[in-house]
This record gives sequence, C-alpha cells and structure tokens, in this order.
Amino acid sequence: MALTDEDVLLLETKAEAIRETILDMLVAAGSGHTAGPLGMSDIFAAFYFHILKHDPKNPGWEERDRLVLSNGHIVPVLYSTMAHAGYFPLEECLTLRKFGSRLQGHPERLRLPGLETTSGPLGEGLSQGAAMAYAFRMDGKKNQVYVCMGDGEQNEGNVWEAALWAGKYKLANLTAVIDRNNIQIDGMTEDVMPLDSLKDKYEAFGWHVLEVNGHDMRAFITAIDDAKSIYEKPVMIIAHTIPGKGVPEIEFDYKWHGKPPTAEEAKRFMKELRSGAGRVPNEYA
Amino acid sequence: MLNPDAKLVADVFGKDRELKPTRDGFGLGTIAAGKKDPNVIVLCADLKESTRAEWFEKEFPDRFIEVGIAEQNMAALASGFASVGKVPYIASYAAFSPGRNYEQIRTTIALNEAHVIVCGMHAGVSVGPDGATHQMLEDIGLMRMLPNMTVLVPGDAVEAQKAVELAAQMPGPVYIRFGRSPVPTFTTAETPFVIGKGIELWRSSAPKVTLMTTGALAYQALEAARALEADGIGSIVLHLPSVKPLDTEAVIACARATGRVITIEEHQIAGGFGSAVAECLSATYPVRVTRLGVLDQFGQSGSPEELLAHYGLSSAHIAEVARLEVGK
Repeated sequence: MALTDEDVLLLETKAEAIRETILDMLVAAGSGHTAGPLGMSDIFAAFYFHILKHDPKNPGWEERDRLVLSNGHIVPVLYSTMAHAGYFPLEECLTLRKFGSRLQGHPERLRLPGLETTSGPLGEGLSQGAAMAYAFRMDGKKNQVYVCMGDGEQNEGNVWEAALWAGKYKLANLTAVIDRNNIQIDGMTEDVMPLDSLKDKYEAFGWHVLEVNGHDMRAFITAIDDAKSIYEKPVMIIAHTIPGKGVPEIEFDYKWHGKPPTAEEAKRFMKELRSGAGRVPNEYA
Repeated sequence: MLNPDAKLVADVFGKDRELKPTRDGFGLGTIAAGKKDPNVIVLCADLKESTRAEWFEKEFPDRFIEVGIAEQNMAALASGFASVGKVPYIASYAAFSPGRNYEQIRTTIALNEAHVIVCGMHAGVSVGPDGATHQMLEDIGLMRMLPNMTVLVPGDAVEAQKAVELAAQMPGPVYIRFGRSPVPTFTTAETPFVIGKGIELWRSSAPKVTLMTTGALAYQALEAARALEADGIGSIVLHLPSVKPLDTEAVIACARATGRVITIEEHQIAGGFGSAVAECLSATYPVRVTRLGVLDQFGQSGSPEELLAHYGLSSAHIAEVARLEVGK
C-alpha cells in the first residue's frame, strides 16, 4: 500500500504526540530513560499506526503480529504509543513507575495486556521473537514477528546465540530492528564496546540487513515492506536514530540515556518539541 | 517396614533389582507427553544423546529443536515458544541450565509465568568422573527461590517419567532434576505420585527418627532404614520428590511422630531440600533437623559410589548419623 504525503504527516503527528506524552510520563515518574524513547518515537508510531496487524480492544487476538520489545528500558515509548493507539487511557501514562501501576519501570507482560513479554535484562528479546516466528511457521500461521533491540544491547552474548539460531532456521517471518543511536549508559557505543560493522556481523550470521534513517517514516516503512519480500532469511533493519530526537539540547548526549527531565527542563523540552520542523499542527503548539 | 500403600517393586532390596538413570524417565516421559499433546516440543543444547532428548526426536522429529551449545538462548526461546501455545521442555546439564541461564529463566520464564519445563540433567556428585564443573549442587536452591516455579526431584526412572508427564499438564514453569548414573528402580507404575505430596516408603512400629529424602538418595535412605531396623532403631522414610510445593503436612506429621529429622540430598546443604524442610519445621513444629548434603564444597572426579561415600551420602553413613541422633 503506497504511503501518501498525508499518511506520512499523520504518522509524524502521532510521533510528536507520543514524544510529548513521554516527557509528561518521565516528569511524573521522576526516574526513567529519556533519550531512547524519544529516539524511537517515529518507529513506534510507524509500527502501531501503520505496520502492525493488531487490535487495541482485543490485545489477545491470536492473529495479531507480535512486537517484542527487547530493550525494556525504553518502555515509555511503548506505553505512550499503546495509550495513543487505544490500549488504555492516556491518563494512565502518568502512573509510570508508581506503586500499583500496570506501567512498571520495565515492562511486565502479565501486568498489562498488549505487552508481548517481560524485558529489561538485555539480550533476550531476539530469542523470544525467533521462537515465536519458528512456532508460527510450524503451525502454518501467517503472523509476522518484530523485535526491537538497542545497539548497546548487542554487547550481550545471548543476542548472538539468537542471531545464529534464527539464521540457521531461515526465519523469514522475523524482522528485527536495532535502534542504532550510538549511545549506552557509560558513553558512546564505539567507546564502550565497538559494534561496527553491525551490518557485516548480521550478514555473516545469515541475515539480510537493511540500513535506514529511523526518523524517515517513508524510508522505515519501505524497509519493513522490503523485509517482507525477503523470504529466505530473517531481516535486520539497522535504524539510525538520534538519541533524544526532537529536543535539540539533549540530542546526541549519552548522559540523557538513563535520566528523566525535571519539571522545569520538561517545560523547555516541550517547547523545543513543539517548534520542531513545523510538522506539528497548530492545536498542539 | 515397607509401606504397602507405596506399592514399591516386589523385591526392593533384591540383588537383581533394576538399575536405570532417572534421565531415562525424561526420554520416556516426553514421548508420552508428546503423544497426548501435539504442542509438546523438546529443545536441546547439543546433548541429545546423554539427556535422552534423542528418544523424543526419533518419535517426533519435527517437534525436536536443536539449539546448539547456547543455554541462554534455549531458555529465552522456550519462553517465546510458550507464549504462542507450545509446551517446551528444555534439556541440558543442570550445571548449564539452570546454571548458565539463571537470569533468562528468572525473567523470561518465571516472571512471565511461562509454561516451560526446565530439565536439568547430571545433577549431584553421582555424575562421577566428569568432576566438579559438571556436578551441579546448587540447582534446587536456585530454582526453589524463584516465585511461580515448581521443583521436582524424582527418585528413580519410573518416578521421573511420571514427573515429566505431569509437568506438561500443569500451568506455569517447572524445574525437574535428573541424575546421570543408573540407580535402583524402587517405585512402580502404581506408586502414587502427586505434585505437592510426599510418600512414606518405610515406617517402623515405633519410629524414633524420620529420614526425609528427595531424588535417588531415597533408595540409600531405605537401605539405611532397613539397617537401623536390624539394630532395633525404628524410623520413617519420607520421600519428597516435590520440593516445591513441599508436602508440609507430611513433614510436620513425621516430625511430630519422631521428634528427630534427618534430611538427605545430593546438593549443597545450604539452600536446598534440607533447607526447605528446616524452614517449614522452624515455623511450625521446631525439632532437631540434621541436614545431610555436600558441606559447602565442590565435587570431584571419582566413581558415583566413591563420591557418595566421600560426601557422606551412602546408606551406611545415613544409618550412622541416625544412630548418633537417636542416641542423643
């Protein structure tokens, strides 16, 4: 299905709304991760408002596609996106990380319908997504499986065990996305533990690899479509993103990986967000 | 006296009793479970012959999944399989699964309440010549500490098969522990096996001590009970293959009846089966609990018999400890 300019604008508008909610949630929570969720907002808007076969009113629908969030610490972007998609009321986002909330600091499948797994400890989502893809193929089912991972997460050995396995079994119904934002808690990924070339590594493990600008809706959705046409291998999309995207004063700064803004900072960030690229309709400005 | 309700094998102390490793029960149990439920699958980390996963593969080649030497991946894969309706058994040596992949089991299986059956083979010092690296002595503790996890330690191959079959039918995650060496088969198909229940194998007319066991050492305890009886010391042998949930009712009742308890396991004495019994009794009916197990040390190479004797887990040693306890 060809993407019109209007479709793209709508998705970009959703992404901006998702970012605003992320800032609101983090301020209310007083802890949590900022850079990654803002950086992945475009991709999550694309998934939940265009790519995924899903039904927010029936989260257990058996025919749904599966999206496994492996790097659980960026869950504010998932909660925000799910709320905007109608899985639960937007107000509930403000309960993030609070006692009794369904929105745990790291996602727990059993607490919130619509989450496909529990994550936070890194490197485990690719295994789970690969197994789902294998099981769907065993049963002749058409469900597509997506896995979102971080780039720092690629340090984990479990990731490469899963990559070998998915490559061996040629799981064409599996598409994974790496948020290549080049930061992790202790610094820039290439300083902490060099990863390049991720493309060469995954190709060597039997994957088809695509690289895109993770903030270009059209490019990302095209990559997802391309992935569907690769039916002999699993596909890895390396999505180059800007950590803290939308708030120029924190973009690219690894120090914003694991902390939330203060209320005052959030006010300033919100302004920066809303003035961003003139894409946001007036009602939000 | 042997408990007739336990319906043990006819000549339980006989010379020609059958010897079989409990892991054989894994092979047979998975085949039986696989016949009942087409969603049953078996994953193995490059140890299909020694874990007996190969037996399942021969019966259901399309439902056997080779993972390679990657226990972390195997656990997380199993969680993914379970989330879409499969019933996965994962098989490796206990030193690696749950030894290597504890965190994957904790997060993706236990916290997710995934119906995965973790099968740890070659547990205990009776692994023999392979030595300390492969003689897992901490797995019962690791697994019973996890919320949602059921922990089963069958005593012989027949009981192991029952545990494996039953695990497929219950919800949530299950850990089952198996041994490498052939051990006497003392139960029969008619021996009751209920998760959460123990079974008295032996009860003298005036018992003075209860030998509480889990796993294949139950047989050593039975031999010890017979030797004690010959010395005029009455005992009860309470076999508890279900470590979690523990049959607290039976544990308390036996403690009341004898006032002295000895726990016997092929595991570190910290954190394992004996600790579970002591936790129960300290809170309900405090009596002296003497825990037999490996005393805060690693194993070593040797024959299973040599090692059980060295670590004080042979029937002779158990009987000796019981005599001392009763004399106190």
